[in-house]
Amino acid sequence: MDLSGANLQLDSFEELAIPLFDQLYNFAHWLTQNREEAEDLVQETYVKALKGFSSFQLGTNFRAWIYRILRNTFLTSRKGLKVTMTVPLDPDEDEEGLEPAIEHATPETLLLARSSHESLQSAIDELPVHFREILLLCEVEEMSYQEISDTLAVPIGTVMSRLSRARQTLRNRLRPNLQQAAGLRIARGTNHGL
Amino acid sequence: MVCESWKAQLDTYLDGELPQEELRTFDSHARNCPSCSADALSRVQLKRAIHMAGKRFTPSAEFRKRMQQNMAPKPRRSFRLGWMLAAAAAVLLVVGTLTSTYLGNRSGRDQVFSEIADLHVATLASSSPVDVISSDRHTVKPWFQGRIPFAFNLPELQNSDFSLLGGRMTYLEQTPGAHLIYDERKHHISVFVFQEQSLPSKLSDNALQPGKLSFNMETWSKGGLRYFVIGDASAADIDSLAKLFKAAS
Repeated sequence: MDLSGANLQLDSFEELAIPLFDQLYNFAHWLTQNREEAEDLVQETYVKALKGFSSFQLGTNFRAWIYRILRNTFLTSRKGLKVTMTVPLDPDEDEEGLEPAIEHATPETLLLARSSHESLQSAIDELPVHFREILLLCEVEEMSYQEISDTLAVPIGTVMSRLSRARQTLRNRLRPNLQQAAGLRIARGTNHGL
Repeated sequence: MVCESWKAQLDTYLDGELPQEELRTFDSHARNCPSCSADALSRVQLKRAIHMAGKRFTPSAEFRKRMQQNMAPKPRRSFRLGWMLAAAAAVLLVVGTLTSTYLGNRSGRDQVFSEIADLHVATLASSSPVDVISSDRHTVKPWFQGRIPFAFNLPELQNSDFSLLGGRMTYLEQTPGAHLIYDERKHHISVFVFQEQSLPSKLSDNALQPGKLSFNMETWSKGGLRYFVIGDASAADIDSLAKLFKAAS
């Protein structure tokens, strides 16, 4: 009887956990910024999730649940603790996210900038971890605000404001690249004219 | 500025998190406001760029193997826990084969659908969305001759709510194709046609909502050509236009 229960549990765990392996690893690597630490983090997450699976309620959001385990595991790791020590007390009051008076990049300059994945990846890498994680959960994992709220254990209002600041900070950091790209475009246009 | 209150909601709109009635109001505003539609376009492009750039890291083969070994049953553990860990090891063994194939196909497919949505939005936001402006299919179809490496039929639109606005050349995954724009009760609908064999991603025929944007899309393959119909019209209207194309091809 006990075994059949365990069997059912493992079947469910398998069904839910398999499709998330690569995504969890990607997210872990973005958080830790290090391959070995990401591997340790994913491994620990799977062990904890498997052990705690009996407490997971089937029918609720498994993805938010396992991402939350991964994130909490990261925050209690040596690197995570170091990161949280250097993060502002209230990350949602970070002034860096304030809207500047400059206009947004034009679609054309963004298109040009898209060719440089590396510069975008570097800009994401350089974001504070609370901005990086929320941006990745929204844009890469395509989580809803509710899922992000469940994963990060913050209210939806905080999700919206933090996401907005994360995007603005990223735009601000990309702006020099965009302006450079726009400059190149103008120079190329001038050459054509000649 | 008049648009400031709209722009404050732009990210929420693009994330697909606005309530239905606000979404409709926002849609109609964005369609008539060049500033908001240009801003929406640049944000959509940045979202797409982050989506692609964010899928950066994949687990190594060594890590997969190590996971299997670490999760293997230890002799001193209880039978129940050992059995669970053995099963978990089997799970992770399958991960290596199934996940990469499944996610690889899915991400390729999702990328194509997102690209189609981007092409649709970018074209509508453009000051010159079509290169050949005509409501006559006998004008639009010949325009593509010599511009794309295949021919296709356009449907007869009499007795339908659709009208042809024109066409333009487009590219999807470096493959040239035709982009046609139709009007249906003030909704603009894009129809894309590509050679199936030239598209790297394998797609199945279905109707869907790409990403979180408020579009409906239908795709199918016929006669070696891959068709996509996308727009903010209802799923039934998208399907009606798709049926007209299927009947014509």
